Amino acid sequence: MLKYTLIPLLPFLSFLINILFGRNFIKDRAHWIAVPAVVGSFLLAVSAFLDVAGGRDINVNIYSWIVSGSFNVSVGFLIDRLSAIMLIVVTSISTLIFIYSIGYMHGDGGYYRFFAYLSLFVFSMLILVMANNFLLMYFGWEAVGLCSYFLIGYWFHKKSAADAGKKAFIVNRFGDFGFGLGVILIFLTFGSMDYMQVFGEAGGIAGQTINLLGYDVNLITLICLLLFCGAVGKSAQVPLHVWLPDAMEGPTPVSALIHAATMVTAGVFMVARCNPLFNLSEVAMNTVAIVGGVTAIFAATIALVQTDIKRVIAYSTVSQLGYMFLALGVGAYSAAIFHLYTHAYFKALLFLGSGSVIHALHDEQNMQKMGGLKKYMPVTYWVFILATLSITGIPFFSGFFSKDEILWRAYLAGDLGKFLWFLGTLAALLTAFYSWRLIYLTFHGKFRGTHEQEEHLHESPPVITVPLMLLAVGAVAAGWVGIPPIFAEHGDKIGEFLAPVLGYPEGEGTHAQEYFVMGASIFVAVAGWIIAYTMYLKKTELPQKLGAAFQPVYKLLFNKYYIDELYSKTIVQPTLKASDKIILGFDTYIIEGIVNGIPNLIGAFSRKLRKIQTGLLSDYGLIMAIGALSIIGVWIFLR
Amino acid sequence: MVPLSWYIILSAVVFSIGVIGFLTRRNLIMTFMSIELMLNSVNISFVAFSHYLQSMRGQIIVFFVIAVAAAETAIGLAIIIAYYKNNPTIKVDEINLLKG
Amino acid sequence: MTAPQLFFAYFAVMITVLSLLMITRRNPVHGVLWMLVLFVHIAGLYIFLNAEFLAAIQIIVYAGAILVLFLFVIMLLNLKKEETVKKFQKHWLVGVGTGIIFAVFSVSIVRKIEVFPQLGKYTIEAVKAEGNIMTVGKVLYTKYLLPFEIASVILLVAIIGAVVLAKKRIE
Repeated sequence: MLKYTLIPLLPFLSFLINILFGRNFIKDRAHWIAVPAVVGSFLLAVSAFLDVAGGRDINVNIYSWIVSGSFNVSVGFLIDRLSAIMLIVVTSISTLIFIYSIGYMHGDGGYYRFFAYLSLFVFSMLILVMANNFLLMYFGWEAVGLCSYFLIGYWFHKKSAADAGKKAFIVNRFGDFGFGLGVILIFLTFGSMDYMQVFGEAGGIAGQTINLLGYDVNLITLICLLLFCGAVGKSAQVPLHVWLPDAMEGPTPVSALIHAATMVTAGVFMVARCNPLFNLSEVAMNTVAIVGGVTAIFAATIALVQTDIKRVIAYSTVSQLGYMFLALGVGAYSAAIFHLYTHAYFKALLFLGSGSVIHALHDEQNMQKMGGLKKYMPVTYWVFILATLSITGIPFFSGFFSKDEILWRAYLAGDLGKFLWFLGTLAALLTAFYSWRLIYLTFHGKFRGTHEQEEHLHESPPVITVPLMLLAVGAVAAGWVGIPPIFAEHGDKIGEFLAPVLGYPEGEGTHAQEYFVMGASIFVAVAGWIIAYTMYLKKTELPQKLGAAFQPVYKLLFNKYYIDELYSKTIVQPTLKASDKIILGFDTYIIEGIVNGIPNLIGAFSRKLRKIQTGLLSDYGLIMAIGALSIIGVWIFLR
Repeated sequence: MVPLSWYIILSAVVFSIGVIGFLTRRNLIMTFMSIELMLNSVNISFVAFSHYLQSMRGQIIVFFVIAVAAAETAIGLAIIIAYYKNNPTIKVDEINLLKG
Repeated sequence: MTAPQLFFAYFAVMITVLSLLMITRRNPVHGVLWMLVLFVHIAGLYIFLNAEFLAAIQIIVYAGAILVLFLFVIMLLNLKKEETVKKFQKHWLVGVGTGIIFAVFSVSIVRKIEVFPQLGKYTIEAVKAEGNIMTVGKVLYTKYLLPFEIASVILLVAIIGAVVLAKKRIE
């Protein structure tokens, strides 16, 4: 049991040690604590995975957290097949990112602080994944949000970074509010927070309704939608996706961690974890699927025209997360987790690779000013190619298997499914285009930066490239555990592995249909590649012409559909204005009246009261005796 | 046979004497001794209960009370000495550092 | 009155008188000496209540250690002139009144006690068969082991505390 407790505890200890002793004692040696801790939890996670794979689920309560009447919450861990896979993903990716950070953050003033927050981040995510009840998950959920705030705003002296941190935190708050309500509603409905109990009793309340503002609402649907609210915020789905691209202000390892391992996957994991609830509500499932599908295409279109290398990848993440929700929505939970798992490797690789590029160019993120880096940074170039092959779904790279599984499951899921499949395939075309566009702009052609930058171009040190190469192995091979059954009997190992927790998706199609779906996705992947190749290598004037020809569309996309501006006008500005008014009136008179009034009152009272403080021992004794006497007197005479 | 209530009454009376001593004496050391007296009076009732209820608990508690009383005396007397070093008096009604 | 009652009456009267004597002595040394006699009587009462172990502890710890400590401190502080001033405080009557009311209240509570818990298993015969010290020891080192250890820690802290408080300040 200690073994499982140590999985989250090791990063937490690393956090404590670094944050307490970092400034004065550890300083630049912070990684000597953080890296062993996370490696330790990775090894323990592997061991836990083997235990689970051996058929032994772990569900232990290690500490009674809150006991208050019928409200009873424990700190307890549930490690079943789902969380075991998540543990592996989270800890393995984190390990590589930690090692990478040694090189990337070298010489930064807050080195120890960076590793402290990074460790706390991993700890929070592990708690979220391992929790066996909703409240503990909520704890991890909020802690992850908090850490993202710390880390996105890590360079807090830079205003844009501090703002991005705030934005991430506040946008997440919208989602978390819904999630919190969902958790409370779960408790009110089931009288328990424990997964096993809630999921066990979920079937019993199917069809029950609750009166909400005069309307009868299906209880399960309401719970699921509220929970999904949280997932929308945390996993950056439309309309709460705005924080994720801004989160690029943080150091690159943080972006990689947020995108691949510790944060945005939380929403996907949560919905998958609550699959017994979601299965009961068709409305909620359809909502999830539609939001996912729309996000996939929506974010992909934005990524087409962005020029910041990290932003392209960020929108790509949003789009890929859309795929995962699409899969969740059509009931293919294992496909979603499968994609989460393969995506973690190639997305971490893309981010860390772009970090390597940015590092070489001394914090230049604009792709317009890159180009021709292929000959300077061969390792980075080749891992980037592998990651791109994987994300665009070229056959036999891991992204192909997981994306194909999602599209196939969507195709099978009725009329809505067919529509979503179409969206997904279209998004795959866009994905291929913008991914190759990124490669061609960055690594091919002529170098477009300053002369000074060109002289300093160099491949990154091994501490950066080795994690990249390891991740590249994952990006290529991670998908081989989920080969579709039409290629190999029992090839879909991950789906079968997860079936006891998530169920195996229903629906059977003919082989012809399956080949059609697969062919379509291969076709769009290659087509996107060819278009990008033509536009950015052969006829390099074409992008400009197109941009000029479709000026309004281009501007719309480049400005991300003006969503940020829309929110600013409709939500942020009115809130600020209203707050100003409230501060002037309410705050000055009422709040400060109370805040200052109470101390004044107490002060006046105590000036009177202090007179009885004579300082003489026997007076105190006398008062104490009189007090005791009064209590005894009441007891004697009033009974 | 001696009734239990006799012991309790004895204990109460001795306790009250302790209270009186604590409240009236001017000598800090005598106040301390009064506290010891009160502790002892409580011990009497504990032992009496222990005997009459045929339980060991009372005696165990007395054991702990004695241990704590020893600790308390040691600390208390040390405080008196430390205080006396600064202000050479142990008159209770002249020690009023706690005055508000 | 039966013999045990007479025996009790002797102890009760002696304890009361000795406590009164103790708290009224002007010289603290006399107070301590009366207290010594008082503690011996209390120890006698413990024996009467079949608590030989506690009686021994009472003599050893209280009479042997605590009272000696008091004597030490009294001698350490030169209190010659304290003996000449008034020994009671100004409002001593209030204190006495409080004490008396306390006594009255306590006695009237005793009358009200009606509920008695179940008798335990340590009957006089059982304790006698095993010996008082053996019985106390068994309970103390099994069921009350943790409090016992805590008591030892408290004593340790007291030792350190006393040394720190009373030692000379090194400037």
